[in-house]
Amino acid sequence: MSTIGYENWAVDLAEVGPVYPFQGTEFFWVILGVIFWLVWHRIQYVRESAHLEEARHIGDEDKVHDLLDKY
Amino acid sequence: MDGNLNALTTVFTEFYYWVTVVFMFLIHVGFCMYEVGASRRRNHMHTLMKNVMIIPLVTVTFFFFGWWIYWAFPNAFPGMGGVDFEAGAPYTPWSESMGTNLADRITGVFWAAFLLFSWTAASIVSGSVIERIRSSALWLHAVMIGSVWWIIDAAWGWHYDGWMVKVLGYHDAYASGVIHAIAGGYALGVIMVLGPRLGKFAKDGTPRDIPPHNPWMLTIGIFLIYTGFWGFYAACNVPVISPEVIGGEIVGTTWTATNIYLAPTTLSAITFNFLMSLSGGLMAAYVVSRGDAFWTFSGGLAGIITASAGNDLYHPVQAMLVAAVGVVIVYKLHYWVERKFKLDDAVGAVAVHGYSGVVGLIIAGFMLWGAPSSPFEGYATINPIGQTIGAVIMFGLLGFLPGWVLAKLQAAAGVLRIPEEVELQGLDYAEHHAYEDAKTDIIEADKRRLSAKVTAAE
Repeated sequence: MSTIGYENWAVDLAEVGPVYPFQGTEFFWVILGVIFWLVWHRIQYVRESAHLEEARHIGDEDKVHDLLDKY
Repeated sequence: MDGNLNALTTVFTEFYYWVTVVFMFLIHVGFCMYEVGASRRRNHMHTLMKNVMIIPLVTVTFFFFGWWIYWAFPNAFPGMGGVDFEAGAPYTPWSESMGTNLADRITGVFWAAFLLFSWTAASIVSGSVIERIRSSALWLHAVMIGSVWWIIDAAWGWHYDGWMVKVLGYHDAYASGVIHAIAGGYALGVIMVLGPRLGKFAKDGTPRDIPPHNPWMLTIGIFLIYTGFWGFYAACNVPVISPEVIGGEIVGTTWTATNIYLAPTTLSAITFNFLMSLSGGLMAAYVVSRGDAFWTFSGGLAGIITASAGNDLYHPVQAMLVAAVGVVIVYKLHYWVERKFKLDDAVGAVAVHGYSGVVGLIIAGFMLWGAPSSPFEGYATINPIGQTIGAVIMFGLLGFLPGWVLAKLQAAAGVLRIPEEVELQGLDYAEHHAYEDAKTDIIEADKRRLSAKVTAAE
């Protein structure tokens, strides 16, 4: 058994196509990859929101609001 | 070079490796920038000089004996056949192949490609020990890792005739183990003996973060390492070769690119996988480090290193996920080791190179289980046990152990670490004071000029 479909290279390379592991499960890997990508956005978004909320209360809030009013 | 096709193939191959060597020079530029950026102002010149002098010292020793080791040592292991003096003969420094020779246009560029790998192995160790090791001590380590230990591991596990490939089915296409695991293990051995920088740990043992003095220098440095790493990937391939020249089991007449084991792959495959593993590493490191810039950038590198063992065969999405998994493990392991053993790895090299290399080898054993490790008959196929034993050999036997032993000998002789007084004041004042002296002279001259002006005005 070989995950790439070849247990040796006693082959004519003209007749060989894909050699990556687990051929036939490409769709599954792409689904995993897409989940990884979307979860990354979710984690980043949540953390950034919390961080910005915390950061907006740093410093002298009255002074910051006074300055904002001037703009 | 008989016939036009042979001539074209030979000249193309010669030029191909030459280009990779130029690209790989950027790895060393990147390491220099990263180390200097990470060090404090009082140690800049020393840090830079320490890394720059790796270039000539490893180059000459790699010419004298490193390259010969690669060709003579593939079976230099008990029970495997011993040193092959006949195979090594064309690569002794007095051989006709090791000079201008119209009958051999490949040895020089192939030697240089491996030499640049040697610089990298030595430079990885150099980063971990900044700001407290003696240059003389580091340069001896550089020669040992760059021209002896790593090239022995390359002969064993990165040569088409290497015993690890034949017996263990060891597969490490882009050097997760043969460069990164060994260099990380070696660095760990040295820093265990060397000890942490002054102030790295509080009196109660709590580790302190020593931030880089110049974050932008680090950033450009690591981007240059990425760029050079691309050249490294190309350098690990044979660009074009016929089945007849390989002489293995492949039948037919279709020419191919191969990995270092002469097994087929494509430049396209490794371009896919380099970029996807870089991306998986960056994304995972960003999350696990909570957006720490330097861990994120280093995570890109760690991602590539983790996937490198199998990046000649992985699907791009597999490369991305392998990189991401590896980076999470490596990050956690780094901080666990730092807290538990009070080790100061100044640039995270043990983690980024060593742990990533080990994890990458083991994962490749599962992902590529049963795949041929070589185009030659009778070799073991790739398997998790062989890969795990290979990881132990790379990180432990040829990396950690020699680094630790030599550092112990240096420490016993009192030539490993700089005096505390010098460490506190900075190495640039002690050793590389020309720059500081010039600054002082200029400041004094300015003061005298201003004072003369004031006196004249009065």
